[in-house]
Amino acid sequence: MCLAVPGQVSEIDSREGLAEAVVDFGGVRKRVCLEGLPEARVGDWVLVHAGFALQQLDEAAAEELLGWLSDPEQPAP
Amino acid sequence: MSAADEADAQALLAGSCPAPAEGDRVTLAHGAGAGASARLFDELLAPRLGGGPLDERHDSALLDAPEAGARLAFTTDSFVVSPLEFPGGDIGSLAVHGTLNDLAMSGARPRALSCGLILEEGLPLTTLARIAESMGAAARTAGVPIATGDTKVVERGKGDGIFVNTSGVGVVSPGRELHPKLVVPGDVLILTGSLGCHGAAVLCAREGLSFDADIMSDSEPLPDLVENLLEAVPEVHCLRDPTRGGLGALVHEIAAAAGVELRLEEAALPVDAPVASLCEILGLDPLFLACEGRFAAFVPEAHAGTALAALRSHPLGRAARCVGRVEPSTRGRTRVVVETRIGATRLLPLPAGEPLPRIC
Amino acid sequence: MRYVDEYRDADRVRRLADAVLAEATRPVTLMEVCGGQTHTILASGIQQLLTERVELLHGPGCPICVTPLETLDLALALTELPDVTVCSFGDMLRVPGSHGDLSAARARGGDVRVVYAPLDAARLAACEPDRRVVFLAVGFETTVPAVAAAARWARDRGLCNFFLLVSHVRVPPALELIASDPERRIQAFLAAGHVCTVMGTAEYQPIAATHDMPIVVTGFEPVDILQGVLMAVRQIERGEAQVSIQYRRAVRDEGNPAARALIDEVFEATDRPWRGIGIIQQGGLGLRQEYASLDAQQLIPTDALPQPEEPERCRASEVLQGRMRPPECPEFGRGCRPEQPLGAPMVSSEGACAAYFAYRIGDVEDEIASQDPAREAQA
Repeated sequence: MCLAVPGQVSEIDSREGLAEAVVDFGGVRKRVCLEGLPEARVGDWVLVHAGFALQQLDEAAAEELLGWLSDPEQPAP
Repeated sequence: MSAADEADAQALLAGSCPAPAEGDRVTLAHGAGAGASARLFDELLAPRLGGGPLDERHDSALLDAPEAGARLAFTTDSFVVSPLEFPGGDIGSLAVHGTLNDLAMSGARPRALSCGLILEEGLPLTTLARIAESMGAAARTAGVPIATGDTKVVERGKGDGIFVNTSGVGVVSPGRELHPKLVVPGDVLILTGSLGCHGAAVLCAREGLSFDADIMSDSEPLPDLVENLLEAVPEVHCLRDPTRGGLGALVHEIAAAAGVELRLEEAALPVDAPVASLCEILGLDPLFLACEGRFAAFVPEAHAGTALAALRSHPLGRAARCVGRVEPSTRGRTRVVVETRIGATRLLPLPAGEPLPRIC
Repeated sequence: MRYVDEYRDADRVRRLADAVLAEATRPVTLMEVCGGQTHTILASGIQQLLTERVELLHGPGCPICVTPLETLDLALALTELPDVTVCSFGDMLRVPGSHGDLSAARARGGDVRVVYAPLDAARLAACEPDRRVVFLAVGFETTVPAVAAAARWARDRGLCNFFLLVSHVRVPPALELIASDPERRIQAFLAAGHVCTVMGTAEYQPIAATHDMPIVVTGFEPVDILQGVLMAVRQIERGEAQVSIQYRRAVRDEGNPAARALIDEVFEATDRPWRGIGIIQQGGLGLRQEYASLDAQQLIPTDALPQPEEPERCRASEVLQGRMRPPECPEFGRGCRPEQPLGAPMVSSEGACAAYFAYRIGDVEDEIASQDPAREAQA
């Protein structure tokens, strides 16, 4: 139901009383509302839906799943 | 015209077209037929668009008749684009490329273009000059003159800045036959470049969405690339450029016209990274975004290698690749099947209307 | 794209599908809740890899589909007011109300604009103080924080011309309804990853425990969905019924507390009609008293609108609750097609019926074609 896309925070830029960031989605940049992630920093990967950053991506968890799947000796996670 | 002559002509033209003053705008008087109207043509349009029969100022442009056995190709297209200027092009170059490419898709070498401009009262003359400049440059680069033209002005609110109509005449060599009905099972579908750059560039430039993206329109003239291909492989069955509706609409049209099943290989479809990202964000499918500088060629499989080599030897065809193949229809049903990345199959739906950004 | 392409890899998908088939000792039926997951499943052909061993039924997770006809009719009526601009996500533009859709309303001269973010609508209101700007606030819990941020921003700036036509819906009450159905076919839920990214998993614990159903919070790419299926199958095989998280890279148990606080500041749970299902207790979110001045309902007298009725032939309720697969409906592809939908799941491309119709292949396709006189004549 809800499209949300991972991107990387490239700039924190708050104005008019609103926490905002520029997020880079692999060659496409967009201003995004950061009110839900006040602790996000430049370089963090975040998940964005309707111009709002929903959550920081847990890179370790992401690597863990992919690592498992890349190693044919491991049973499926 | 030789390359040197052309460069001279361009230098001459560049020197002879003073830019209009900042703040000047198109008025209804520019369409009244005398005075301001003549000055608009003489001082702003002709120096930028002319350099051929247009400069004769006849009521008609006179063109040489083609050789015996050749046929004339004749096409027209109207252009309405918002915004008028976008990364990688504008409505002027687009109107030239669009009509040149339509001629090329029927195997014609373009000979001459016409240009009809409908201007909205209030359009800045500097914008008009930029677009005319770009239009003239596109025509000169392709070596095809804008031979005749017309300008009208409509009241403010009754247009969208500029509407452009271009028509084109070209010559098809004797014996050359290209048609959707000639597509048969055993053909492969070759695409000359990545999908959706034009559609994505225009979408990003549109007010209200405000995406800042590394995406340029792919608007380019295709006649040279087509000649490269057809000289190497005269056996090509059909050419078609995926403009409005993208490759998705194109394959549906061809499948229906030829009465065949088309199979697309999802993993082979070329999409540039920023276009793919934009499509993820907005929930769009790059298959249905417009291209203005790519084409699809339906080629008998035995000639696919030669065709790919011929295309890749030209700068506009470097990324050419096979993306699908033609199969017999199943029980008379023409359809388009996608072989998905994970090894399953599904139908390719034909969406209703323009693609809309979505959140779901 | 990073964090996207890796999860579409054919080899990884096949390994997981093989594991599912090896570990499922008997046929299972699962429901993916979210329309985005339904879309991935049908567009990539995941069901074909899972064979008949694992049947995926598609849940009520398309917020566009379940937006009540009354809300759409209200939005259409608003477009007829002279100084009103209606802003909407692109999804809603072609969804038919009782009389046409927003796209047609725009053609009739209504000021209808597509926005990507709710804040864009609020900013439009700030730029155009002479117009009343209404944002059509649809969506599940995922979308609500973005709307709440726009509402708070507008209120803090004292904007008097920004309004919300609210039709937000909550997932857990719908799952509770489906889980407690005595005719229930499904043995586990793949819950909606992005809803839980915001809300966390606490609300799902009682549903899993009470109805003895595994709930796996799952992502949206083919690898995610197959791993979610595998995790659900393992629970079923072991006789467990827990809430577990497949979509670890985005979902924490507690969700996103800051985003939830934003929701709670502006909205509160309320009963809400779902198109195709009916009123679900606490199944929606409405504006709190403190934000009532933003309610777009005050702009138009609601009793002036006709009470819309869904056609009786529509079996949307059974499809949305997982009692019926779309092609099992007698009207599917016949009286009900995307260009002329009878009901909720056929109205948006994310709806289960519409997705089935678009990507159909094999038996379903033959069945539809045999009902279509135009195509048969062509054949």
